[in-house]
Amino acid sequence: MSTILKVENATMQFGGVVAVDNLNLEVNEGEIVALIGPNGAGKTTAFNVITGVYQPTNGAVYFQGERIVENHPQGKLKKLYKGEHAGEYTHVLAPTPDHITKLGMARTFQNIRLWKSQTVFDNVLIAMHCRTHANFLAASFRFNRKEEREQRDRVAGLLETVGLYDVRNELATSLPYGKQRRLEIARALATAPRLLLLDEPAAGMNPQETQELTAFIGEIRDSFHMTVFLIEHHMDLVMDISDRIYVLDFGKLIAQGTPEEIQNNKRVIDAYLGVAEDA
Amino acid sequence: MIGTQQSRKNSLTSLILVAVMLAAVVVLDQVIKPTDSMSMLLKVLQKGSIYALAAVSMNLLNGFTGLFSLGHAGFMLIGAYTYAIFTIPSEARDVVYQYYDAAIRISFPEVLGNALGPVGTLVGVVLAVIAAGLAAAVIAWLIGLPVLRLKSDYLAIATLGFAEVVRAVFQWGKLGPVTNGSNPLKSFVRINAFQLKLGGTTISLTTFVPVLLATVCIAFIVLLVNSTYGRSFKAIRDDEVAAEAMGINLARHKMLSFCVSSFFAGVAGAGMAMVLGIAQASNFKSAMTYEILLMVVLGGIGSISGSCIGAMLFIAASEWWLRGLDSGVFLGINAPGIFRNGFRLVVFSVIIMIVVLFFRKGIMGDRELPDLLKKRPGKGAAGK
Ligand SMILES: Nc1ncnc2c1ncn2[C@@H]1O[C@H](COP(=O)(O)OP(=O)(O)OP(=O)(O)O)[C@@H](O)[C@H]1O
Ligand SMILES: [Mg+2]
Repeated sequence: MSTILKVENATMQFGGVVAVDNLNLEVNEGEIVALIGPNGAGKTTAFNVITGVYQPTNGAVYFQGERIVENHPQGKLKKLYKGEHAGEYTHVLAPTPDHITKLGMARTFQNIRLWKSQTVFDNVLIAMHCRTHANFLAASFRFNRKEEREQRDRVAGLLETVGLYDVRNELATSLPYGKQRRLEIARALATAPRLLLLDEPAAGMNPQETQELTAFIGEIRDSFHMTVFLIEHHMDLVMDISDRIYVLDFGKLIAQGTPEEIQNNKRVIDAYLGVAEDA
Repeated sequence: MIGTQQSRKNSLTSLILVAVMLAAVVVLDQVIKPTDSMSMLLKVLQKGSIYALAAVSMNLLNGFTGLFSLGHAGFMLIGAYTYAIFTIPSEARDVVYQYYDAAIRISFPEVLGNALGPVGTLVGVVLAVIAAGLAAAVIAWLIGLPVLRLKSDYLAIATLGFAEVVRAVFQWGKLGPVTNGSNPLKSFVRINAFQLKLGGTTISLTTFVPVLLATVCIAFIVLLVNSTYGRSFKAIRDDEVAAEAMGINLARHKMLSFCVSSFFAGVAGAGMAMVLGIAQASNFKSAMTYEILLMVVLGGIGSISGSCIGAMLFIAASEWWLRGLDSGVFLGINAPGIFRNGFRLVVFSVIIMIVVLFFRKGIMGDRELPDLLKKRPGKGAAGK
């Protein structure tokens, strides 16, 4: 099994606040890996570093064996930098998120970000734009009919898969919460990724919806040969489908291992699981 | 598969409607004599169609891509001057540039007309119009590099400033050999130059030409907006972060929208010059941008047919229907005391305020004319 994603010594500092502190993790091809931790632990920030939304203050990210992101403290942050491995990185590699998506990484958002004036169908169709070959003149004069027809067929297929085909002509934002989350997953899949990053896909879902989603994520992995890296607070879901789990607390990795190992890890229970049980 | 048959039927219907409209314009052009009271209708169609193109091109950027830019008058100015400079016939050039030694001495219609006859003249005019669009697009590309990184309000201010700078530069004496300084450019090919001689009869194409120009350009914008690129523009407008995360290159797509919008602003500028018969920098003030913005807002931000309706109504009201308010007689009421210079503007402003108050989203909202026949997507429109 080869490593598809590797985060190396990544630190993300906002002014004096260290949101992600010297993060190291690996995700292997075909795995479902979870990133858990209390609120404000830096999970979403880690995703943002991986997907190019934020440039890490220090460290590097590798995707499919290639270094795609690298940075070292610069300017004002040179003095402010509190993390480790300061001198180790010398290059600056800061691709925009769309570039990283084209490399084969796609994500969903914790606070749903669908295109609100667009229908369910078009939300997915637009995500295929990044794989379009036609330039704007060819596309305007409809020289890309064949490509567009193929894309539309694939959108229909994807919507069938996530069970939203019947509501394809509705406005995306008119769907109930759970369906909007599914639509975000379908939209991410439409960019043809190798690695899918899901930021709290079950947030706001009831137990039954969560269960369906758990099964669905497993299906995605199997039928699309996808690697899934997800952030989630629903422990049932996490323990059920994860091959491995990373635990983040105050920006630092405090544990990693299989679901059994994590469930019995004292530090994790103290920092997170114990609290989650109460809540 | 999905909807292609339906959309093919729709485009056929639209095509037929447009053809009928164009034919009607040609007929009107022959029937209405310049002395008729209805001749104002032709004036409104000529000017209105050019403004419609300007409004639609602004809508592409402001309404469909969500980039609030106010540089339109600047790009129209560039287009108007480019067109004028390349269509002034050589014998008129020295009269037009009376204070300067004209630097550019090529007239596309003349050169091609001499070589190929009337068809050459027409091709020359078309080339000059395309050059007008390209000049505006190239300038847009240059200023887009720094300016498009700015967020909404700053973008509006920067583009507004740009338009003012363009106006100043074109009036600058040192550039007189090219732009004729603050003096107007005249004597170039106007819309009344277009006629079709069939046997003994002459068919005037004075109104047909600007309407056709606007129709062709707007049709292209419609095609672009409904293509995969247009959908991506709307995605950027709706949620930039999501668009970028789904692989849409923001810088490239914003630049594309900005340049295409400016291209057609330049073409509209050329059209304006053709209609008015004069190109003068002082006419392209930011007030023109605001007027066009008002047409877009009145028609509905994000609706192309809305922009066309907004522009036509705006021009018809300000140039025709409310004329009487300035000249003593309105709707048969003779009251020179009230209906005198300036009153039209007062009434016009009030009407606009009322429209904006009662149609929050403009006349069309974000819908298009064909949508009025369909149900809106949303709750309850499921199935099918
Ligand atoms: N753009 C930013 N500027 C400043 N601080 C930020 C920024 N983004 C995140 N932070 C801070 O980084 C920390 C981690 O936030 P993050 O959103 O990554 O947490 P999280 O683990 O995803 O939490 P949750 O489970 O609530 O989603 C928080 O303290 C947050 O305030
Ligand atoms: Mg989060």
